[in-house]
Amino acid sequence: MSKFPGTLQPAAYKAIAAMLGVGHQGSLWHQYVTYLGDVIHFNFGTDVTQYPASVSTVLGASVWWTLMLVGVSTVIAFILGTGLGILAGWRAGGWLDRSLPGLMFLQAIPYFFLALLVVEVFAITLGWFPSAGGYDGSSVSPGWNWAFISNALDYSFLPALTIVATSVAGWMLQMRNVMVTTVGEDYVVAAQAKGLSDRRVIFTYAARNALLPQLQGFGLALGFVVSGALVMEIVFSYPGIGLLLVNAVNSTDYPLMQAIFLLITFAVLIANLVIDLVLVVFDPRVRAREAR
Amino acid sequence: MNALVRLWRRLPGTARAGVILLGVFILCAIIGPEVTPYDPSAIGAPPLRPPSGNNLLGTTATGGDVLSQLLVGIRLTMELAFWVGVIATALSVLVGVTAAFLGGIWDEVLSLLCNVFLVIPALPLLIVLLGYLPSKGQLPTIVVLSALGWPWGARVIRAQTLTIRSRDFIAAARETGERSWRIIVFDIIPNIVSLIAASFVNTVLYAIGASVALAFIGLTSTTTWSLGTMLYWAQSANALQGGQWWWFVPPGLAVALIGTALVLLNTGIDELSNPRLRDARTVTKLSGRRVWPTDPTPVLGADFGRRGLAGLARSFSRRSLIDEAAAATGGDA
Repeated sequence: MSKFPGTLQPAAYKAIAAMLGVGHQGSLWHQYVTYLGDVIHFNFGTDVTQYPASVSTVLGASVWWTLMLVGVSTVIAFILGTGLGILAGWRAGGWLDRSLPGLMFLQAIPYFFLALLVVEVFAITLGWFPSAGGYDGSSVSPGWNWAFISNALDYSFLPALTIVATSVAGWMLQMRNVMVTTVGEDYVVAAQAKGLSDRRVIFTYAARNALLPQLQGFGLALGFVVSGALVMEIVFSYPGIGLLLVNAVNSTDYPLMQAIFLLITFAVLIANLVIDLVLVVFDPRVRAREAR
Repeated sequence: MNALVRLWRRLPGTARAGVILLGVFILCAIIGPEVTPYDPSAIGAPPLRPPSGNNLLGTTATGGDVLSQLLVGIRLTMELAFWVGVIATALSVLVGVTAAFLGGIWDEVLSLLCNVFLVIPALPLLIVLLGYLPSKGQLPTIVVLSALGWPWGARVIRAQTLTIRSRDFIAAARETGERSWRIIVFDIIPNIVSLIAASFVNTVLYAIGASVALAFIGLTSTTTWSLGTMLYWAQSANALQGGQWWWFVPPGLAVALIGTALVLLNTGIDELSNPRLRDARTVTKLSGRRVWPTDPTPVLGADFGRRGLAGLARSFSRRSLIDEAAAATGGDA
């Protein structure tokens, strides 16, 4: 309504207010309790820009795109980076370790810069992949069929590639550093002295312990998946939460923004809770501390 | 001066490269705006010219000089990142040390505050906040970025302070009647200097990334010349699609190089404060493979020269040692 300051008749104003469900009666406290009750029922009100769709419908349509693409890329980057970090840490000073500065350069490139270059080369010049969007709306429609899934995979390749390329070095560096410290521990030396195979020493003794701090970072990263690759979604016009948020800010769509923030916060909290539980399973020290 | 030279000698090669690279950019930031060939906002030169003698890095669509904009842009971006780094690091030291040192209810409250800020996704919140601020210059960006950038450092510093606080020398200082602030300033802070430095570098890195991304989305002022603003204008004029690489690549490359320099510097700080990281590198470099305390004393020379993929594969087998011994004694070891 702030879009038309002073130009609305009082009657029209009232009609729009009733249509969007704003201007509740009652005290602030009463409104807040009503809001909490609505949230429990996933009722975030009516979307202002995509009227008459409800906010939860709009959210539900885009959250899966982000979750699938950014979630899968984050997991790939984590596994790849951790694996490489294990090898680099085991042979600190080796060729893999010395290639780290190159990977750091890849990580230091502003994300959208790399993404635009990749789009220019692979999508526009070579034409191997589509340059923007989540799927080809003219030939397929969303659903559980192979035509749509393969089409969506095709569209998600470049975004996923850029996410993995820019985030793998961070995981690798962290894992490498913890690994180098862990390899110096007495129990790893003892395992080596027992004559165990190198592979067993690396994975069962060193990497398994070095993985614990890494898991905590993974929890935070997973939580940020939902808010995640905001810039990526802008560059690739990917129909996810990030693009939705930017559009909501630009069109001052308060109900949508509020719901997105609630969703993001919940995602982070839930991911952290899950990782805390996983750590209890993996780390006996946490269990012992809690038991005391 | 001598201490600095000694510090320099102890730095690994990659960190030295980082320091030099960063030095170049700091120099650019300091003298750059004074030596720009043109006014960065000036228009009127022939538009979209590739690099030439007149315009060393070519011109933009409105006929601005790319080199002049780049030099001013480096200054603005580094300035912003520096202040965010200073403010956010000061906040994280303050909160982290206070929480760990005072303990009890203070620790609970400050840790909770820290966790709440940690959970807030920075970029979306920045977008919302900057979307509503009346002015979009440097200052609001600095304030918002600092307000969201401190909890990472605070958590690490708190954890480290906790372990230092339980050491004997702190107890001794307390027994001799030192005041709390004296213990903090003279006993605790010197022991976490490397952590503070690392957290500063990380915050600067975050500030550069976030500010450039924000400017690229078009949420900060588009009239001043920061590196992000340059990229914003280049992108909105489709510089990349039009083949005007000289407009698009220099600012992006500058951000990437500053970022790389900071990461390299951080690995250097890491190695200085963690001797294991440093030693592992030296030993492997000398012998070409991991050396265990249980291994026979390595014979230098026998192990030299095994590098590359074959060397990597070989170093994973314990046979490599036996083989080498056999080769040295003629095959009957």
